[in-house]
Amino acid sequence: MLKAFRSTLHERFIAWALRSKPPEPVPVVLSQRRIYVLPTRAGLLYALSLLVMLIGAINYNLSLGYALVFLLAGLGITAILHAFRNLAGLSLTVGAATPVFAGGTVRFPLALRNPDVRTRRLLRLSLPGQPEVTVDVPPDDSASVHLPHDAPRRGWLAMPRATLETVWPLGLVRAWSYAAPELTCLVYPKPAGAVPPAPTFSGIEGGTPPADSGDEDFAGLRRHQPSDPLHHVAWKSVARYGAEAPLQTKQFAGSAAQALWFDWDALPAGMDVESRLSVLARWVLDAEAAGLAWGLRLPGVELAQSHGPDHTHACLKALALYGG
Amino acid sequence: MAAKSPKPVLPLTPAQTWWLLATGMAAFLPLTLQVPAWLSAVAGAAFLWRAALAWFHQPLPTRWVLSLIALAGAAGVFLQYRTLFGQQAGVALLVIFMALKQLEARAPRDGLAIVLLAYFLTLTRFLEDQSIQTAATMLGTLVIATAALASLSDPLGKPRELLRLSGLMLVQALPFMLILFVLFPRVSGPLWGLPADAYSSLTGLSDDMSPGAISHLVQSDAIAFRAKFDGPPPPRHELYWRGPVLPHLDGRTWRPGNRAAAKDLPYRHSADSPSYAYTVTLEPHNKAWLFALEFADALPPDATVTADAQMLAKKPVRERIRYSLRSHTAVAHSPASTATLAEALQLPAGLNPRTLALGAQWRSEEPDALRRLDRAVAFMRDQRLLYTLRPPLMSQHVADEFLFDYQRGFCEHFSAAFVVLMRSAGVPARVVTGYQGGERNPVDDTWVIRQSDAHAWAEVWLAERGWVRIDPTAASAPARIEQDLASAVPAGDPLPFLAGPGFDFLRELRYRWWAANNTWNQWILGYNPQRQQDLLARLGMDSPDWRKMTAALAVLCGAVLLVLIGAMLWSLPRRDPVERQWARLSRRLTRRGLARQGWEGPQDYGRRLAVAFPAKTEEISRIVSLYAGLRYGTLSPELLTELRRRVAAFKP
Repeated sequence: MLKAFRSTLHERFIAWALRSKPPEPVPVVLSQRRIYVLPTRAGLLYALSLLVMLIGAINYNLSLGYALVFLLAGLGITAILHAFRNLAGLSLTVGAATPVFAGGTVRFPLALRNPDVRTRRLLRLSLPGQPEVTVDVPPDDSASVHLPHDAPRRGWLAMPRATLETVWPLGLVRAWSYAAPELTCLVYPKPAGAVPPAPTFSGIEGGTPPADSGDEDFAGLRRHQPSDPLHHVAWKSVARYGAEAPLQTKQFAGSAAQALWFDWDALPAGMDVESRLSVLARWVLDAEAAGLAWGLRLPGVELAQSHGPDHTHACLKALALYGG
Repeated sequence: MAAKSPKPVLPLTPAQTWWLLATGMAAFLPLTLQVPAWLSAVAGAAFLWRAALAWFHQPLPTRWVLSLIALAGAAGVFLQYRTLFGQQAGVALLVIFMALKQLEARAPRDGLAIVLLAYFLTLTRFLEDQSIQTAATMLGTLVIATAALASLSDPLGKPRELLRLSGLMLVQALPFMLILFVLFPRVSGPLWGLPADAYSSLTGLSDDMSPGAISHLVQSDAIAFRAKFDGPPPPRHELYWRGPVLPHLDGRTWRPGNRAAAKDLPYRHSADSPSYAYTVTLEPHNKAWLFALEFADALPPDATVTADAQMLAKKPVRERIRYSLRSHTAVAHSPASTATLAEALQLPAGLNPRTLALGAQWRSEEPDALRRLDRAVAFMRDQRLLYTLRPPLMSQHVADEFLFDYQRGFCEHFSAAFVVLMRSAGVPARVVTGYQGGERNPVDDTWVIRQSDAHAWAEVWLAERGWVRIDPTAASAPARIEQDLASAVPAGDPLPFLAGPGFDFLRELRYRWWAANNTWNQWILGYNPQRQQDLLARLGMDSPDWRKMTAALAVLCGAVLLVLIGAMLWSLPRRDPVERQWARLSRRLTRRGLARQGWEGPQDYGRRLAVAFPAKTEEISRIVSLYAGLRYGTLSPELLTELRRRVAAFKP
């Protein structure tokens, strides 16, 4: 009950602290008005100790005791200023997030720019409920951080507001600020684990399966790409031109490759949406790994047969955003 | 904070461990002489043990071992002080905590405890000593402890960086300290009863005098009090600072008499004798008596006086106090009650037979007391008594042995033997202790009276003149009175360090140091409610009370804070004017969902805008090219003005 109340209050505070409705335009500059400072638990303990020491100094009439307590109190105030300055004036921009599969961890790329002549020490950034990342930003320079965030579901994942905080230099006070720039990351469906083999001929109605796997009709060479399967490398040309020459990949115009269609409707009728997407994602990955070309048919979407990283991404994106 | 994942507790890194060890040492070392030797040894061993464990990367001892040490330490403290709650016992326990905490520090939380303990130990050091040197030493401790605190949140910080940061922050804390020190409303403590052993470290004259007591005391260079004369000081041989009066002889020991305190001085000073006004700043000595030049014409505020003309404060002097007096060199009349006179003739039975016989002989030969006094002074002079800091050990008949056997002694022997002699001759006499002389500091014209100036003399009562001061030491060793201790004792006698000759080349330096110490004492250590009122009144605050002080405190601290924040923000870079216009455009279009995206370059954004506002394509492309030109090309003021104008005029 109390906890719920506290968390509601906290959310209210953040909404107020962010001033404008998220997302904020980038760069997000941490102006002094949006930086908050409060003592940490250690700071409270420190203050309590000073109080006890002050009482001791009064009781024993220790002039230097007073001086000591007041110097340490001044130190506490100085710590507030240093923590505040450690955040003030930083600006935050965003990069492009690399898609991940559901169940994995998104890393939202952020860049912090320090326009100052002092290094910003030990800045801790985190997303709500997620582990924090610590970074230093050198003077007049930028530092990039990747904020981890769980990606439980497929689709677009918007970065929630990030907390930037620091307890530098003494750990007695915590200065913090919130930033909610617009940054989204695509989350692909989680590929299924054990699946039936890809329905190689599902796309061709009434066709007969050829005897081989589509490596039949040699159609020429093209420059090798890392995603090409090794058994398609034109090793003979390597032998001929030597290791310095670029690798070539054999291309095939096999009819079997053209026939590779992954079709939503070909899956068993009783299967639910997420399982279908998982299976399709698995097939896409397997086909790409095997160097095959494939096409994808979803209700209302059809992606022509192709292969390579771009095609993989396009297919996985279609799966990720399906129905959304 | 809501929904925060628990942070893993990291163990202390080796660097942090060393920092904490250094902090513990820096706090403990200045205290080594303040706590019992066994405790210093135990704590030192614990520090060494911890250092060895850290050096050889060994695990910390188990809780069992630590509990055992803690129990043994507490038992030791209890045996030493018979309590665990006194002031000294408290300091000893803090030292044990510090040593044990070192041996069980695993996480940064323990590190915080060590740093806070170090701050506490710094405070306890001031219970014993608040000199400039101690303050400087403890400032060093603070720098180390604060660097250790910084290392707790910055485990990878370089030692030099951490020290620099700690020093810098402490310097920045100074203005706050100064304001708080001056304006924090002072209360005169204590807030509650202090432990019984609170002031055991203070030295000074004691309530009684047995042979060897003063010669032991004069080995100390500690300052008893300071005096500042308004105008020229009296000649040196008049500088008798009266302290405890001891009329009662109990075997070998002289004790005070009737302590009944009155408000009226038991004498009338002679109006035509020279008088001197002065202010005494008395060091705490944990006894009630106050020192004054003989013979003060009034009492300090809140003081009383005994029938022996000894001034007493209401309670033991436990903090430095100041009082102003005027003294005359002579007394016109000092009546004495029969009880006082009877006490001044009392002699223990069966002691000092030879002295008693001599006195009895004079009494029968001379009917006049004044003549007997002259004979006694002449006798002392003729005995060729030697003034020395190393008198031979005298057993029982101290006066006899001093006058007839060894003929060597210190002022306590001179005065005691003389009083015994006078009493046996039927003249009332008593021992007076106090200080004689002092050293004038030419830098600030203050007289410094040290324990090494402690002295004992005698007073005899003559019916027609009242009590008369006789200094038997002066008769035998006039140099002690006219010059100083160093000139009076034979060469080769060990002297208190500062009383020795041959330090002339250091004299100037020494005087400056004393003057600095005096200022420190008056303004830093002696800054009490009274001083605070005076200072604030002088600074223009009329009738300062705690409300006004608190208000001024808040205002000044706030002002300093604002200045610092202002300086900080001023140093933040201003936003680039070109960038500002560009952001302004984006901000204005935010409501239409056309805010610039982080990844959008000027051309991309311009194209998007052109699609949204086909009618304004030209205007948009002009703004975009102006921005791009200014941003990536040269900054021309005219173009900047144009950009500003066009952005301002852009109304979607």
